[in-house]
Amino acid sequence: MEWSSPRDAAMSLTDLTATQLLDRLRKAEITSVGVTQAFLDRIDKVDTTIRAFLRVDRDGALAQAEAIDARRQAGKPVGPLAGLPVAIKDVLCTAGEPTTCASRMLEHFRPPYDATVVARLRAADAVLLGKTNMDEFAMGGSNENSAFGPVRNPWDTDRIPGGSSGGSAAAVAARMAPLALGSDTGGSIRCPAALCGVTGLKPTYGRVSRYGLVAFASSLDQVGPMTRSAEDAALLLSVVAGHDPADSTSVNRPVPDYAKAIKQPLSGLRIGLAREHFGEGLDAEVERAVREAIRVYESFGATVREISLPHSKYAVATYYIIAPCEASSNLARYDGAHYGYRTDEKSMLAELETERRALEVAGDRDGLEAMDNALIRMYRRTRAEGFGPEVKRRVMLGTYALSAGYYDAYYLKALKVRRLIREDFDKAFEQVDLLAGPVTPTPAFKLGDKVDDPLSMYLFDLFTISANLAGIAAMSIPCGSSGQGLPIGLQLQAPPFEEERLLRAARMYQSATNWHTMEPDLEK
Amino acid sequence: MAISREEVEKVALLARLQLDDAELATMTEQLGDILAYVELLGELDTAGVEPMAHALDVCDVFRTDAARESLDREKALANAPKHDGKCYRVPAVLGES
Repeated sequence: MEWSSPRDAAMSLTDLTATQLLDRLRKAEITSVGVTQAFLDRIDKVDTTIRAFLRVDRDGALAQAEAIDARRQAGKPVGPLAGLPVAIKDVLCTAGEPTTCASRMLEHFRPPYDATVVARLRAADAVLLGKTNMDEFAMGGSNENSAFGPVRNPWDTDRIPGGSSGGSAAAVAARMAPLALGSDTGGSIRCPAALCGVTGLKPTYGRVSRYGLVAFASSLDQVGPMTRSAEDAALLLSVVAGHDPADSTSVNRPVPDYAKAIKQPLSGLRIGLAREHFGEGLDAEVERAVREAIRVYESFGATVREISLPHSKYAVATYYIIAPCEASSNLARYDGAHYGYRTDEKSMLAELETERRALEVAGDRDGLEAMDNALIRMYRRTRAEGFGPEVKRRVMLGTYALSAGYYDAYYLKALKVRRLIREDFDKAFEQVDLLAGPVTPTPAFKLGDKVDDPLSMYLFDLFTISANLAGIAAMSIPCGSSGQGLPIGLQLQAPPFEEERLLRAARMYQSATNWHTMEPDLEK
Repeated sequence: MAISREEVEKVALLARLQLDDAELATMTEQLGDILAYVELLGELDTAGVEPMAHALDVCDVFRTDAARESLDREKALANAPKHDGKCYRVPAVLGES
């Protein structure tokens, strides 16, 4: 792209990738205020339709941008993301600023501290644009579980953007932010990345700090980048990855300079295709796009072989025991006492009194005995009013599976199958460097299509879930378009801590194809 | 395995959720479907398989036992629905008030 005049530059700043923007910022060809304003203008223009953001911090973002420009102009040192706007999924704590998890429960919650990844972004001089919409508490695959209304897919606004990081994906796809952070517990970065046509990476469990990431399932949650290219993902991951003393599950091992390594192609790449990922239920257009992408790798000299992940078919069942169990425990903290929503006490006490009288009139001694006391009823009403249906469903499922008499049959059994799933990957990675396959079984479906059928919604995650159970690194990159013009994603999976391999492989593909540069037409 | 409405009511109490009649009916049906689906795991022989609670080999992490700043009271109470400046306030638990 040529930069003949400042006016041209201002018109198309939002079309540039983060890497391109950073290069021009460094050369002082553009300013952070200019870039930030361009993205804010774009948000004003298209987000009334898409609803990717729950909150846009216009003044804060411009003030940050101005301060960074001033430091750069004064020749003072600036951070590695200096002046680049970033959108943050609203599951990550931002000190003093609302962090809602798209839940009524946390509608007015302002965390007393920053998540470590947010603090790292600030230290890198990124500009925080605002907080993105999501499925409530990151539970969902369509973004329809947001208490504040669904996000719409920029490629077709009657369709879902995928979830749970749908706001972050849509923001990047619709050019409202060059970079975004999402979180992935069972596919929540990769699924919306695939359905919105952006690049998303779920790091190895332990690669990125979870401190200040509002917990859903602590043994599965990871924060990761959602961007326009693998190069941009490398840039963002380099900043957020690394050990954090505040998260004892973050791993203390060096973080490679992903952005530097990414341009080196991988030679002698061995790619595995899991036969279980190409079976029944996979949409023909998705399969065609994925197989075509694999041929691109073959053209680079990669060898491709079929392998087996024999326990794949158990992944969804395993996940929908383990994740709800962890969720039911993590979400016990929302009790209406310490922070977040509390039910109206006056009407709650009146309700109890009415119930008591009715039971007394009926002479129901057992009923009177079994009645909630005021504190228990406060908890129950608070949670009934503060949580949406999917969160309630998972809390119920987890509570049941962990309850006396069922623990061994459900939770313990699932933990054993989790081990078998991990061992499948270990064996596969003895034979191949990467696994390639689909991200989602179909392209984006229509809003409302699966809301009444939670199980079919859960099954939409079948290709992404096992990476979380196994704790490995995985990525989604755009690799095609359906007949209806909807993006299709290619999933790449790598052994633990091989993010660099993933990024280099993704970059190889993106250097030879242009699926990742496709832009939705929001004017139509 | 299906789950009965009574069991769902019991679990709702354990989960500290209040469900109305319509929610109880939907929840009973949907949990039943999901539980029937996860029965799939029953066909696997997992005898002798070590359960895996975590993707990493987690081990105890120690830090120096030194006093350091913690969240001050004002900040800790700032998000509370009800507090008296020192403590969180909740409805009376013991006796009637």
